[in-house]
Amino acid sequence: MTRRSETLFALAGAVLILVLAYAVPWLRFVLTIALAKGLAVLGILLLLRAGQVSFGHALYLALAAYTVAFGAVLVPEALLLLPAAALLAGIVGLLIGLFVVRYREIFFGMLNLALSMVFYSVLEKFYALTHGADGIRLPPVTVLGRPLAGETGEWTVLGIALVLALACGALVRVALASPLGEALAGIKTRETRLDFMGVSPKRVLLAAYVASAVMAGFAGAIIALTTRHVTPALSYWTTSGELVFIAILGGAGSVLGPFLGAAAYELTRVYAAATFANAWQLVLGLVLLAVIVFAPGGIWGMITSRRRAA
Amino acid sequence: MAGTGRDGVVTRREALIGAGAAGASLLMPGRSAWAQGAAKPAEIKVGIATYLSGPASVFGVPGRQTAEMLFDEINAAGGIAGVKVRPIFVDEGPGVDHVVGEYRRLVQSEGVHLIFAAISSADCIACAPLSDELKRPTLLWDCGTQRIFEDNRYSYAFRTQANATPEILAALLYLLKVKPDFKSIAVINQDYAWGRDSWDIFRTAMNTLKPGVKVAAELFPRFGATDFSTEITRVLALRPDVVLSTSWGGDLDALIRQASDRKLFERATFVMPLAESSLQRVGKALPAGHIVGARGDHWFLHPSPADPERLKRFSDTYKAKYNAWPIYPCFHMAQAVSAMKAGIEKAVAAKGGGWPTDAELASAFKGLEFPSPTASVRIREDGQGLENQLIGTTLHSDKYPFPVLTDMIVFPAESVTTPVGQKSADWLKTLTPDMVAKLPQAQAFKS
Repeated sequence: MTRRSETLFALAGAVLILVLAYAVPWLRFVLTIALAKGLAVLGILLLLRAGQVSFGHALYLALAAYTVAFGAVLVPEALLLLPAAALLAGIVGLLIGLFVVRYREIFFGMLNLALSMVFYSVLEKFYALTHGADGIRLPPVTVLGRPLAGETGEWTVLGIALVLALACGALVRVALASPLGEALAGIKTRETRLDFMGVSPKRVLLAAYVASAVMAGFAGAIIALTTRHVTPALSYWTTSGELVFIAILGGAGSVLGPFLGAAAYELTRVYAAATFANAWQLVLGLVLLAVIVFAPGGIWGMITSRRRAA
Repeated sequence: MAGTGRDGVVTRREALIGAGAAGASLLMPGRSAWAQGAAKPAEIKVGIATYLSGPASVFGVPGRQTAEMLFDEINAAGGIAGVKVRPIFVDEGPGVDHVVGEYRRLVQSEGVHLIFAAISSADCIACAPLSDELKRPTLLWDCGTQRIFEDNRYSYAFRTQANATPEILAALLYLLKVKPDFKSIAVINQDYAWGRDSWDIFRTAMNTLKPGVKVAAELFPRFGATDFSTEITRVLALRPDVVLSTSWGGDLDALIRQASDRKLFERATFVMPLAESSLQRVGKALPAGHIVGARGDHWFLHPSPADPERLKRFSDTYKAKYNAWPIYPCFHMAQAVSAMKAGIEKAVAAKGGGWPTDAELASAFKGLEFPSPTASVRIREDGQGLENQLIGTTLHSDKYPFPVLTDMIVFPAESVTTPVGQKSADWLKTLTPDMVAKLPQAQAFKS
């Protein structure tokens, strides 16, 4: 798909989200969460380009969410908390990235998983600070000095999420078309060739890893500002699995895939939960199975193949 | 060519908006009428958050069954103030952000009149502020944490049962009464908020009422653990007089079975404040002579219920319908349903038969006293429910295939609940040992 039609598609999607959020008030919350998860999956997509699957990006999600929860006590300004949380996620991503990028495939995935579970245990064990599984309630937060609450609060967070999603999407789109993106694809096909060309695959992967940590950080901060309650479950491996699930559902072919996947995932989940309160997991599982069997390229793959057919 | 593909997508999405918008618009009018207090609603919709999946479904499913049973009973009797009630269940299994999203959906799309939330303390902590924000009366029906009303005040959230402090304190007082000379204790709790919190309450109160007890071991096996051999070996070696475990569900079942196999029950007295919910599953693997609680005065063989007929009808109907005796989440659900009925009737009466607004309904819950299957519960001015506590000792009887309780003490709610405006951690430090002397008489099992 050309850059122009992708941009149009993204803008149409943004408008659609705003219309939906206006028409169905309770979907505002669901769509904000979907955009946040889409952001985190965008980072997963970068790594997928290099053929690496991280089963531990929930670490950055939770790290940022807890940064917002703790930070809000000191500085209750969302526009400062958000970049601070993403920055911290990026710094931790750099430190962890320095050694996980030495590994590939299953080792890469499992190392990430292990580290996120370590963080999960820390949140559970440092009970006096984190209240363990009960989690922390966010204190009141402001945006530009005005309290972030009620309907305006919901719209503000949705707006921030949408702007971040568009900005990060555009950046990743540019990055993927740049030499860095090509080098990432090179890691997937044949890494030694990159070495011969004088490109360090580790450095390339590290850059992608840090970027993905920052995006997961933005996602975690938005989730914290939306649910206003953070629990260690955010860093549990199932959350990381959910992100990979969304990446597969949406398709790795385009930066729009993660957002399509996240929206489809969240909407399927809420509608399934509303219709079959005790069998919604089954519905979700069947949807993923159907996608894997009938549309290996994910939702994005379905759209593009139909275009080609037409 | 480009158009065809996009058209296909847009149509599908438009269908979704259409469906969503239509759903919302269909439901909104009835709801706003209720909000203005103008007309009687066609039905009273109640959103109920409970665990339908995951380990805590051992509580969530009996809770749902009880709700279904009692809602049917209410409807068969003509509803509440002439209006039928309908439950809408949502699953707490996926975690807090799912429940928060579902709460909004229940209020903004389903237009529920009341919400029962939740089993998980984290869900309650997240939902209580939402109730004030969305102005929808919310009954916290089962969660344990005492933090909710000690740290904050809400106008729309009320708890129709006790909290962790009385539930744990009652077990300690019982232990001090029946085994006053114990010298050492070990704890085996699940490693998560409840396991830590409950031990904190127990230890704080124990250090006040009986200073100098040696804590032999503090063991926190992972939540959902299936193998307790390490913990049991440790406790067997340390030989404490008492073993405390506030675990529940599969964890507690496994602990009881494994401790029973290795004869740990013969060496130490177990104190298990939640074990009433496991008795029917573990059966007589749990020997006689151990202390069991039920997070309230919940026991289908309660020795002195306020209305014996009511308790018998409740227990027998549940047993006939679901082939098990009701456990504490069933009683908690029954209390929430009873509070809802009493609250709506009070609000309607206060309006001289007119329908109350959400705010009027919420204020009806403040100070409300409503019957429970075993006694009655009063909601204090801070929103916390005052519920009696029952603790007993296990006994093997030929009449039941599982242990029953004997030497039961029913603790009056006021005597074990943190007073309004005080924090449990501080209040527990002001307790005096004469509390134990003033306890009510124990009541034996009557076959």
